[in-house]
Amino acid sequence: MSKSPEEEHPQKALGWAARDNSGTLSPFHFSRRENGDDDVTIKILYCGVCHSDLHTVRNDWGFTRYPVVPGHEIVGVATKVGNNVTKFKAGGRVGVGVMVGSCKTCECCQQDLENYCPRVIFTYNSHNPDGTINYGGYSDMIVVDQRYVVRFPDNLPMDAGAPLLCAGITVYSPMKYYGMTEAGKHLGVAGLGGLGHVAVKIGKAFGLKVTVISSSPSKESEAINRLGADSFLVSSDPSKMKSAIGTMDYIIDTVSAVHPLLPLLTLLKVNGKLVTVGLPNKPLELPIFPLVLGRKLVGGSDVGGMKETQEMLDFCAKHNISADIELIRIDDINTAMERLAKSDVRYRFVIDVANSLSQ
Amino acid sequence: MANSPEKEHPVETFGWAARDASGHLSPFNFSRRATGEDDVRFKVLYCGICHSDLHNIKNEWGLSIYPMVPGHEIVGEVTEVGSKVKKVRVGDKVGVGCMVGACHSCESCANDLENYCPKVILTYNGIHYDGTMTYGGYADSMVANERYVVRIPDGMRLDAAAPLLCAGITVYSPLKYFGLGEAGKHIGIVGLGGLGHVAVKFAKALGSKVTVISTSPNKKTDALEHLGADSFLASRDQDKMQAAMGTFDGIIDTVSAVHPIMPLLGLLKSHGKLIMVGAPYEPLELPVFSLIIGRKTMSGSGIGGMKETQEMIDFAAKHNIKADIEVISMDYVNKAMERLGKGDVRYRFVIDIGNTLAATKP
Repeated sequence: MSKSPEEEHPQKALGWAARDNSGTLSPFHFSRRENGDDDVTIKILYCGVCHSDLHTVRNDWGFTRYPVVPGHEIVGVATKVGNNVTKFKAGGRVGVGVMVGSCKTCECCQQDLENYCPRVIFTYNSHNPDGTINYGGYSDMIVVDQRYVVRFPDNLPMDAGAPLLCAGITVYSPMKYYGMTEAGKHLGVAGLGGLGHVAVKIGKAFGLKVTVISSSPSKESEAINRLGADSFLVSSDPSKMKSAIGTMDYIIDTVSAVHPLLPLLTLLKVNGKLVTVGLPNKPLELPIFPLVLGRKLVGGSDVGGMKETQEMLDFCAKHNISADIELIRIDDINTAMERLAKSDVRYRFVIDVANSLSQ
Repeated sequence: MANSPEKEHPVETFGWAARDASGHLSPFNFSRRATGEDDVRFKVLYCGICHSDLHNIKNEWGLSIYPMVPGHEIVGEVTEVGSKVKKVRVGDKVGVGCMVGACHSCESCANDLENYCPKVILTYNGIHYDGTMTYGGYADSMVANERYVVRIPDGMRLDAAAPLLCAGITVYSPLKYFGLGEAGKHIGIVGLGGLGHVAVKFAKALGSKVTVISTSPNKKTDALEHLGADSFLASRDQDKMQAAMGTFDGIIDTVSAVHPIMPLLGLLKSHGKLIMVGAPYEPLELPVFSLIIGRKTMSGSGIGGMKETQEMIDFAAKHNIKADIEVISMDYVNKAMERLGKGDVRYRFVIDIGNTLAATKP
């Protein structure tokens, strides 16, 4: 007979979990494994609320196992390190992102691309090697293999830096991989939410010209004045879209709702690249003629490996890049989720775990 | 008042044209410009029938202007060259493919990628610099700017070389550009028709391991024994498709009908590339998860620039790569189009213009 979540591991833990596809979260007692030789035990201080958390608690993608404790933008302090751990010490600031394990032997793992390992273990809603389900960062503590822990830079704020662990790496990785780092090139960022707003900041730090492409005209002033975008393109304005045809070298598409790709493809120059990082739950319509006539590319990207996650954090620390956040108490998470579903947040909720989650 | 096709230019030309979206082709008198100082004029000997010709004569892409003389796989013998022409001389064997002009000042043109120039002038159904229609190779002669003429190497069989001018470059260009045509790479070719069969030959010659992916199990023998593919994957066989998942570095998709791409993305290794060279007119469904998991990409590619078209022809000559063709007489062309519509050709029709066109003059 399998053990209850509270009993299956030796260390008691408290979090908030959703128990069904209503997605409503509430307190949940569970347990974490003992700190092994390669592990770091982390007291969680902050956890970002990623849109994936919302998709997961509501089972939008169809593979949620309940009860689920979401949260994969975790920042905290190491409280204990295993005998083999050299990179971290107790008391050090650390972060954990979207994965906590992988096979470590395949070609992807050997190339520091653990995120593409066919046996990757995600931070929540995945199976541990011992068969138990793992639980994410809407909780008081977590135990993670050192390979999947990053040093959190001293000069980054821990609350506003938490979203970088998913949103940050999700846009940084494809910018590097698809070559979007040449100063002077023109990047379009489609969608101005958690991912999009960080993409603007990182894009500017790479020296790119950045245009925000959005269906919400009300976001223009913020995009330009606060986030530093060079221009703003209202995607529902046909004449503005027409005049921008063939002007962009790359587009990062952060939109997670189903949306037409053709208007975005026309914005690309010849050899232009559209990279999708949003995760719509239905296929998108892809017209082929624009790809053939302009040798254009549509590519995917899925977070990033551990080495580049550290690189990304260090880059953000150097350029003073953190997310624009609204700090909330864990008790308000359900309201936050509802607001997130309506895109009513500038631009990421972050849970003040340490100050609001208590036994 | 616009001149008629017969009168608008000084050189009388005879060919076959479609006059409406029925796509029915019949004899057509028109005219071509005189040979300018940068032009090459040649007697057309052969012209391949590309599937695009069929799409165009029937106005399936909504862009057709009639009367239309199709044909952009044109091979012939030079009869006259302009005073500034250096590339070829009278008597040389030459070819013209899908384009006859471009702006020559944009970034694409500067990179020898005239095919991606926003002002590219197509060989037929295009508008020339002087505002007149361009007419293709189902005709007795052709004139083109030297830049858009390739030399056919001596000894190369002309009829089997004609399809290379579109089909050949269409697959050669992405094999090179996307790094798929090289030893150590495993490539899938989807669809075994005009494009697909030539893709197998080029990919093998470039050193790749090649698997043909097809819905027609009866093409297996041809693929393996005649074209030299290393293996054959019947795309409707679920078990075989499942077993092949994650084994391809790249896939060249030549299919022009709407079809599901999720299974093709599943066949790719992580970081694999799906290249679309067939051009379905309707959009396809893109399951975004299939790109994101494994960081895969999907690109399009359309023919190639003139420099690489010459490179492709020279490569084909060196490696003895020819299209597999069925040579037909001009008056068979409507029947050929019907058969092409049903995929009933192994694998390209080529019109014997030199020997059979003149006889059709009314």
